[in-house]
Amino acid sequence: MIIDFQRFIASERPVWNELERMLVRLEAEPNARMTLEELQRFHELYERAAASLAKLTTFSFEPETRQYLESLIARAYGEIHETREKRRRIFPLRWFLQTLPQTFRRHVRAFYLSLAITLAGCAFGGFATAFDPDSRQVTMPFGHDQLRPSERVKQEESGAEDRLTGRKSTFSAFLMTHNIQVSIFTLALGMTWGLGTILLLFYNGIALGAISFDYIADGQTRFLMGWLMPHGVIEIPAILIAGQAGLLLALALVGAGKRAPLGTRLRGVSRDVVTLSFGFALLLVWAGLVEAFLSQYHEPVVPYDAKIAFGTIELALLCLYLGKSGR
Amino acid sequence: MKTSALVIKTPEGIVFAQSLAGPVTRFFAWFIDLMSIGILVSAVGTILGEIRVISVDVAGAVLTLGYFVISIGYGIFLEWAWRGQTIGKKLLGLRVVDAEGMRLQFDQVVTRNLLRSVDMLPGFYLVGGVVCWLSRKCQRLGDIAANTIVVRTPSIAEPDLDQLLVGKFNSLRQYPHLAARLRQRVSPGEASTALQALIRRDEFEPSSRVELFEQLAGHFRAKVDFPPEATDGIADEQYIRNVVDVVYGRSNIAGGNSNETQRHEGTKKAGI
Repeated sequence: MIIDFQRFIASERPVWNELERMLVRLEAEPNARMTLEELQRFHELYERAAASLAKLTTFSFEPETRQYLESLIARAYGEIHETREKRRRIFPLRWFLQTLPQTFRRHVRAFYLSLAITLAGCAFGGFATAFDPDSRQVTMPFGHDQLRPSERVKQEESGAEDRLTGRKSTFSAFLMTHNIQVSIFTLALGMTWGLGTILLLFYNGIALGAISFDYIADGQTRFLMGWLMPHGVIEIPAILIAGQAGLLLALALVGAGKRAPLGTRLRGVSRDVVTLSFGFALLLVWAGLVEAFLSQYHEPVVPYDAKIAFGTIELALLCLYLGKSGR
Repeated sequence: MKTSALVIKTPEGIVFAQSLAGPVTRFFAWFIDLMSIGILVSAVGTILGEIRVISVDVAGAVLTLGYFVISIGYGIFLEWAWRGQTIGKKLLGLRVVDAEGMRLQFDQVVTRNLLRSVDMLPGFYLVGGVVCWLSRKCQRLGDIAANTIVVRTPSIAEPDLDQLLVGKFNSLRQYPHLAARLRQRVSPGEASTALQALIRRDEFEPSSRVELFEQLAGHFRAKVDFPPEATDGIADEQYIRNVVDVVYGRSNIAGGNSNETQRHEGTKKAGI
């Protein structure tokens, strides 16, 4: 049996057009709220259009109209069946003081795992440098393996002129963007079942451990702390948070002990991963500023004790913020 | 199993499908986006270059940050503002949507864009392309993490049946009982084939067009035996036009097309 196609279209088109107009309005104004009457009408139109689609699918003789209706139903279906909270406005202060620290604490085990992997890398880097000094060329970033720590300290402290004169801002911007990119990469590697994230965290740990051991063994602990602490106490936790986000993705991907399907598991962590991403980006912007404008200056320009005190205060505030804020 | 469409069944029992975009089309869309980013960066660079007059250092910092924000933020901003589309996707008729048909969320847009760094490895989206190729829903790693898919959104135009059918004398309508039998015997699939052949008639090579309508006319002639007065001297294409006119349910079969034309004009004037 063939239905009267032209008559059918003529009678149903006003319904489809009205539904489309409502959808366009909803899509253009995501924050708009519908009244009860509008909601009822929207639902009625959706059901009418769905019935039209069912009818057309049964008779299946006009593919283009069916495609049009399918796209209309698909758009309306998302609006009607969506159960996730609609973000109406962004409140930056509330996000900073509540959402971010709460999200961090909710997944603190992943952070501890990230920290443990980095510490394991540190221990490995330290031992490698202790037992095989030649390993510096492999374990340390280029530049650090070229000079003994005491020689570098001597150079830095005798520097008559500011090496960063006229390029502090550019250097700061470079540090921010580079560190954020590395952190995003650490996060994204969570999709390799976490193997990539673990490797990157471990490698970062190796470099940190090797350099730290090298300076401590050479009697330059104060310089090391004065140099690393002002930016490191923020930068290192930021990278650990990126690792935390990557491990969250990996845990959702593996789904050990969880019966929910993959899509549902990933959907469950998606918002938190994004919150943590904006969090580590924010921390790295601060770390970039401090590294370019403070960390690169040593005694006699800036006393080490002042830099260490600054770093200690930053670390205490960060711990307080992540541990207590928004409780 | 890999599919070319995502089929969603609603709680109301309605089934609809969304056509999935393949890796090659998506690669071209990305290439257009890459060019757009390049143009945007150079435009911003030219404008911000004026800051050099004040400070070369600050200009360098602003350019570094500007490039970074544009390259990372381009996809996020446009896909959020244009509901799953960027310039490349718009031009190629693609759209990012939730894999379960729900409303696309901001965190999904951010997640799929942040994960580009892995999909791009080792270059030219090789990882993303291979994963997309292997994935059942044609998803790259970023799509899997964000639970999104990329679908085709071709502009859908309804066929203009009036332009196809109205205004021509239909000899088959002179035999209402036979026309009714034809309507009864033609299956939806056959009706659709005939209609599509008419809609796309100008896309065929002349010889293929003649051959196609010859075969179709032979097929439909075998369905109902109309008297020779109704079919003699009618080209195969015109015969199919008449069949479609009958099958697609013009109500006043006995009266030819004039009244039907008037009815359509009436509905058009009423704004339907």
